[in-house]
Amino acid sequence: MAAAAPGEPKGLMGSAGSARATAVEVAGVRRDFGSFVALDGVSLSIRPGEFMTLLGPSGCGKTTLLRILAGLDVADAGQVLIDGQDVSEVPAHLRPVNTVFQSYALFPHMTIRENVGFGLRMKKVPAAAIAARVDRMLDLVQIASFAERKPAQLSGGQKQRVALARALINEPKVLLLDEPLGALDSKLRKELQVELLALQRRLGITFVFVTHDQEEALVMSDRIAVMRAGRIEQLGEAEEIYERPRTRFVSQFLGTCNLIEGTATRREGLAVLVETPFGSLRAEGHGAPAPPTPEAPRESLTLAIRPEKVRLSPPGEEGENRVPVTVRELIYIGSETHYLLDAPGGLILTAYAMNARIGSQGFDLGQAATAVLPPAGLLVLDD
Amino acid sequence: MATPGRSKQGVEVRFGERLTPARQIVRSALTSGPGILWVNVFLLVPLLAVIAMSFLTRGSYGQIGLPLTFENYTRLAGFGAFGFDPLYPLVILRSLVLAAGTTLVCLIAGFPLAYFIVQLKPRAKQIALTLVVIPFWTNLLIRTYAWQILLGPESLAARLGTALGLVEAGQPLYPSLGAVYLGMLAAYLPFLVLPLYSSFEKLDWSIAEAAMDLGADAPRVLRHAILPQVLPGMVAGMILVFIPAVGQFVIPDLLGGARTVLLGNAIQQQFGSSRDWPFGAAIAFVGMAVVMIGLWYYARTAGSDSEEALL
Repeated sequence: MAAAAPGEPKGLMGSAGSARATAVEVAGVRRDFGSFVALDGVSLSIRPGEFMTLLGPSGCGKTTLLRILAGLDVADAGQVLIDGQDVSEVPAHLRPVNTVFQSYALFPHMTIRENVGFGLRMKKVPAAAIAARVDRMLDLVQIASFAERKPAQLSGGQKQRVALARALINEPKVLLLDEPLGALDSKLRKELQVELLALQRRLGITFVFVTHDQEEALVMSDRIAVMRAGRIEQLGEAEEIYERPRTRFVSQFLGTCNLIEGTATRREGLAVLVETPFGSLRAEGHGAPAPPTPEAPRESLTLAIRPEKVRLSPPGEEGENRVPVTVRELIYIGSETHYLLDAPGGLILTAYAMNARIGSQGFDLGQAATAVLPPAGLLVLDD
Repeated sequence: MATPGRSKQGVEVRFGERLTPARQIVRSALTSGPGILWVNVFLLVPLLAVIAMSFLTRGSYGQIGLPLTFENYTRLAGFGAFGFDPLYPLVILRSLVLAAGTTLVCLIAGFPLAYFIVQLKPRAKQIALTLVVIPFWTNLLIRTYAWQILLGPESLAARLGTALGLVEAGQPLYPSLGAVYLGMLAAYLPFLVLPLYSSFEKLDWSIAEAAMDLGADAPRVLRHAILPQVLPGMVAGMILVFIPAVGQFVIPDLLGGARTVLLGNAIQQQFGSSRDWPFGAAIAFVGMAVVMIGLWYYARTAGSDSEEALL
């Protein structure tokens, strides 16, 4: 598609110039299936060339959002702009996007070559040009030797490559991927993650990637939108989502997190002092919400800390954010050891310790220790 | 276990029982025996009898006897006692055309119907499928006479036709070619709808969505993503309609005015009033052979890559 002519785009983006700033603009999109709300007013901007991941458990609405972008489903309310153009009324076959389906959805009666060339054939590209571009695309995804086979004769990973080639050959503005690696075994999955990422960087196409696998999301994405119950719970870069989750759900869905309930007592600069079963803890985690107002000084809140941020020291150590614990369980996994610790108030803390020292590592079962919760690692959650 | 199901002696063990050759024979006889017996007694033997009979000669009083002869076949090909007369080749051709037309009409009506039923809610689907099958509960003859009433001079359809200026007042809508095809459609539609429906039921819609996503508009989604998937069911349904339709003559007789001879009534005539069983057997055998050759040809082409070429 040519660059938007003046006056052509309408809707959210005011002028043609600024339309190029986003590849996809989703505004207030809602979708109900009977009484089930699949999307509850989702808004999202995706930059050109970005690898955006929609991450969430099944039923969170991520696939529905992807289908609405593809035009395979229709929003009940809200607006979708692709490349600055309002596509709410544009049928799927005319949208400048292509989809890689979870089930691959290859045409079973066509050869791989015919499958990959299908999109160009629909656009009435001359046969000779189709053949040349199919060859190039098959080389790109390394399946040239299977060109004359039928999909049934390919393995899952090969089918995935065909599905990718079949979508990419159309040079879409945005490529939509619906759990494309979901059906593959973990080794192949990791290989294809790397390949997919390299391909995306090379082609510079905007990817919208749906997955429920948090590790996959962290590995691949420029930004992640964590979805839950039809809403985007948090949107940010991978590191930001992991290091500074804003809600309990995000902290638990991505990795493991210790949650500690407490009440805020005082604020010192950016830090908040919180009264917890472990005594008073000082939290300096970024993204902490506005401190308790003078009218409600004892606001109850939740603190979060990642297990790898918890440091274990010999018992009896005194100081700020120190908690006396006993080792309840330990899991040695080679490079690190995972500890389950009995903490005051009947709580259990999880701590991951790198086995960096040479010789014997860490603490034994039943041994007393001191858990150090660094103030910078303690986050105040929104809920 | 390296070789499951086989003991050291090489005798197969199945369900914990050692299968000696003798036991194997008994077991086969008990399981496959009744089926084989059924096919032989009720299909193969009568068929061979018909084929044999077609080479015999009819006596003056309709008795069947020697000598062996090809006369029945030469007569069928049009070379009778009074020179060449293409009566019987035309009968066969006419029957094939009627069957092909019926198949086409059933396809045109059945395809949208099967598609419609498939997307109903489960409860409505049950009801719709029952409605499709209900005509089978009544005898074909009765159903066909019912059409005479429905198409009669006082019927709603005839009056509607009169009002639109298509039919003369007081005239029935039969006998006519349209009435014949209507009757054929009503009789054979379920044979096409049921297999087609089960194909639609198994349809992978994500393939249709993929086609849409890749730029195919509705007709091309149908052509490239849906038709190839339902083709086996569609062809099965078409065969199920075509074969009995070739031999059908009650409906054309009752709704078409009994003016033309078809394969079915030609055979009936020979075995009935004409009392020429050998000639009737020859017609029956040739009619069957024509259909079998057609099916064999289809099976051969469909076995290769040409399913899409067929479209």
